[in-house]
Amino acid sequence: MSKKPKNSFKAEPISTLAKSPTGISGLDEITNGGLPLGRPTLVCGSAGCGKTLLSVEFIIRGALEFNEPGVFMTFEEKAQELSMNVASLGFDLDKLVRDKMIRVDHVHIERSEIEETGEYDLDGLFIRLGHAIDSIGAKRVALDTIENLFSGLSNQNILRAELRRLFQWLKDKGVTAIITGERGESSLTRQGLEEYVSDCVILLENRISNQISTRLLRIVKYRGSTHGTNEYPFLIDEDGISVLPVTSLQLDVHVSRDAVSSGIESLDKMLGGHGFFKGSSILVSGTAGTGKTSIASSFVDYNCQINKKCMYFAFEESPMQILRNMSSIGIDLSKHLKNGLLEFHASRPTIHGLEMHLVSIHKEIKRFKPDIVVLDPITNLITVGSVSEVKAMLIRLVDFLQNEKVTVMFTALALNNTLNEQTDEGISSLVDAWLLIRDIEFNGERNRGLYVMKSRGMGHSNQVREFIITDDGLKLVEVYLGPDGVLTGSAREAHILREQTGVALHGQAISRKDREISRKRRVLEAKIASLQTEFESAEEELNKVYIEEELKNQIMQQTRLELINKRKGRETLTEKQTKSRKTR
Amino acid sequence: MDFSEKEYYLILFITGASPNSVRAISNIKSICEKYLKGNYILEIVDVYKSPEIAQKEQIVALPTLIKKKPEMERRLVGDMSETEKVMRGLGILS
Repeated sequence: MSKKPKNSFKAEPISTLAKSPTGISGLDEITNGGLPLGRPTLVCGSAGCGKTLLSVEFIIRGALEFNEPGVFMTFEEKAQELSMNVASLGFDLDKLVRDKMIRVDHVHIERSEIEETGEYDLDGLFIRLGHAIDSIGAKRVALDTIENLFSGLSNQNILRAELRRLFQWLKDKGVTAIITGERGESSLTRQGLEEYVSDCVILLENRISNQISTRLLRIVKYRGSTHGTNEYPFLIDEDGISVLPVTSLQLDVHVSRDAVSSGIESLDKMLGGHGFFKGSSILVSGTAGTGKTSIASSFVDYNCQINKKCMYFAFEESPMQILRNMSSIGIDLSKHLKNGLLEFHASRPTIHGLEMHLVSIHKEIKRFKPDIVVLDPITNLITVGSVSEVKAMLIRLVDFLQNEKVTVMFTALALNNTLNEQTDEGISSLVDAWLLIRDIEFNGERNRGLYVMKSRGMGHSNQVREFIITDDGLKLVEVYLGPDGVLTGSAREAHILREQTGVALHGQAISRKDREISRKRRVLEAKIASLQTEFESAEEELNKVYIEEELKNQIMQQTRLELINKRKGRETLTEKQTKSRKTR
Repeated sequence: MDFSEKEYYLILFITGASPNSVRAISNIKSICEKYLKGNYILEIVDVYKSPEIAQKEQIVALPTLIKKKPEMERRLVGDMSETEKVMRGLGILS
């Protein structure tokens, strides 16, 4: 509902401040488009914080990327020194000068050579600058460092007035200008003047804490424009300056339902069948030697095999060490390195501050565009910052990776010491999935138990699994929950063995009983057969008696009849009887 | 002009007819006439008319007087109203 008026407001914009992009990565995001077009910008900071580089990059990138000629007026370095300095960043200043895209003017001013004899002004400088601008049609101007005038000339009143006039003159000329200034004691610049006459003030700082320096950039003011107000860490490397914008992060990233396999089948099953969500963050924590790096490597290995790009930031071991160690458990990462799917970035955490780590991680990820990033281990970062600083950095990193839809796996070393447990907790609220590997000490040995502590958005297992590192990879085995509690390692093996013997003995017992039954059956059957024959013989006997009786009866009847007949002398009757029988 | 004969060779850079420039011209002329009469060459250059010379001669403040001869090069800026400093700068006073 609040969106509508916003949109209609955007549809008819009031003419706002036009901006001139610097081309310096990150700076244009913080300033919402660049430096104020046609106005002077002050870049201030103490020695060695990158003022000159920023102004040179502004001029050179203007010429190279935006086709805007520029004038670089240096009060410190000679033109030759300058071109040598920028050559280390891969810029050919001399060529740009020959092409009339850039004009370098070294202003040499030396107090010992100058005698001041009354009133003067800086028209000479104005004329020089004006001529340089007009000769190449410059749109950009950089003056580095204007304060050197104050060391060369002594009349402060004149100089201050002329400086003020210079800013106005630059505005009238319509050039976008960067003026650099040394940091003053109590004000942003030594003269305390430039910051008031500039339309935009950028403060550079080189802060050292715990012997580690972090370069920071802050926009102190920007007339007529919104801008990021935080201190932004920046990095100077072979590509020049890169600033890391940190405030543009909002909790409105698009989330994915695609799954990324962990590379361990049984772990995927614990996580609801498919693994982690794409773009999610995974924390693997555990005590020393529990196989965190192995889990991370197997994750990388599997995903490289399915042609996903992975990036491994190692803060503890060198890539060679990791490759060697992982090959011992059957994970060959070197082939992925060779075909460019995997990149290692190993650095000691103390090499630079946390913010710089973040900037360099950003840079590498933007360049390589990996699908998967591993940071191993994040707990080592604590050596360069406090727990809260590490957390703040990781929040920003996770946000950034979510935006880029990169799945990230952190490993964290958990000691039984409060500081590190804090890290766990601090980070665990941040991540989407948390795997905890814990040593289970039982029966005089240590075994690894893996728990899925949390996994947002999936029905994950609440079971503890025994985590086994074998010669050919990682395996998760169900632990035995016996009457003695959770059994792992050899106790589990023993239990399995015991069960197997039990089964064998049981089988033996059963077969013996079977045999006995069949034997009994055979005995009974034999008995039945003999009874049967006995019965048959008895039956036969009985039958025989019966038949004999019958026969006897018959014969007796016959003889009786014959006797009767004989007694009555009726032979004829018997004849008749037989005759009638015949006719019937 | 014959440079070799004269001991002093001076160039004064000015900007048109600005008050400082006008004062500087008259001041240096009177100093030269008074102390170096006949022994100097004074060139006056309007930087507005030839701006490229400003970079070549490393001009920042104006007016600027550059003493090319004798001895090492020396620069004097300002309207030359402080005669003592000008004379010291030119090596007339030590």
